[in-house]
Amino acid sequence: MTVLLALATAVLVVTGGVFTLLAAVGVVRLPDVYTRMHAASKAGTVGSGLMLLAAGLHSLEGAVLARAVAGVAFFLLTAPVAAHLVARAAHRAGYRPTRLTVLDEMAEARRRAERNRP
Amino acid sequence: MRRLLAPAVLALAWAAVTGSFAWPNLVLGLAVAALALFFVRGHARAGARPAAVRPGRLLSLLALFVKELALSAWRVAVLVARPRMVLRPGIFAFPLTVTSDFEIALLANLITLTPGTLSVDVSEDRRVLYVHALDCSDPAGARRGIAEGFERKIMEAFR
Repeated sequence: MTVLLALATAVLVVTGGVFTLLAAVGVVRLPDVYTRMHAASKAGTVGSGLMLLAAGLHSLEGAVLARAVAGVAFFLLTAPVAAHLVARAAHRAGYRPTRLTVLDEMAEARRRAERNRP
Repeated sequence: MRRLLAPAVLALAWAAVTGSFAWPNLVLGLAVAALALFFVRGHARAGARPAAVRPGRLLSLLALFVKELALSAWRVAVLVARPRMVLRPGIFAFPLTVTSDFEIALLANLITLTPGTLSVDVSEDRRVLYVHALDCSDPAGARRGIAEGFERKIMEAFR
């Protein structure tokens, strides 16, 4: 039983670590703030969530596990909001998407609104 | 009854964060929740709360979410680990069918945590959600995917 638990914890820690590392690699490699937010919000959340669960499982205490689960829940609630606000602030500040971008209906809508303004 | 939902959820969150579900701690959590809700009372508007909650549908939404989250983290990880990244990013407009603040906020959060999409902004009239996609070669398909997936499930769970 303890071996199984140790194995589960180890798998969770390593998987979480790999996801977090790849999230960091993504933030460096992706071309602009919008695509970077993809890596930070998704892989980052899953990575930290898995590691929190590993910590909770390893302790074998209800109190610690409850805290870990609450931590994961708050991560899932807050990480997308943060990514959303960073992307929104960047777009409002006029930060252009990468040249690879194929479509920007938000900029089109803004241009339309500016044209219609007296 | 539904007025007690928010304090109860906040009290449970308090108990989980402080790591004790004993009665005195739950009562303390309830007091803190009441105080916190008192401070934000002016900001809670009508529509910030779901019209109804269907537990079965909510579970189905949650299951879909966990699956999509795992898939999305996997895809981003695979994408950035490849030597040559294939990207066709873009921002498309998603016409919203859901109307209340609560539903829009939930949908925006779910979109951000699912494969290849990130919500960027909501139009001022709350009719359009702007979504950034890593692969925007098929915006019509992406729109259909959100409308038939999360948006429909949100409406089923909270109406």
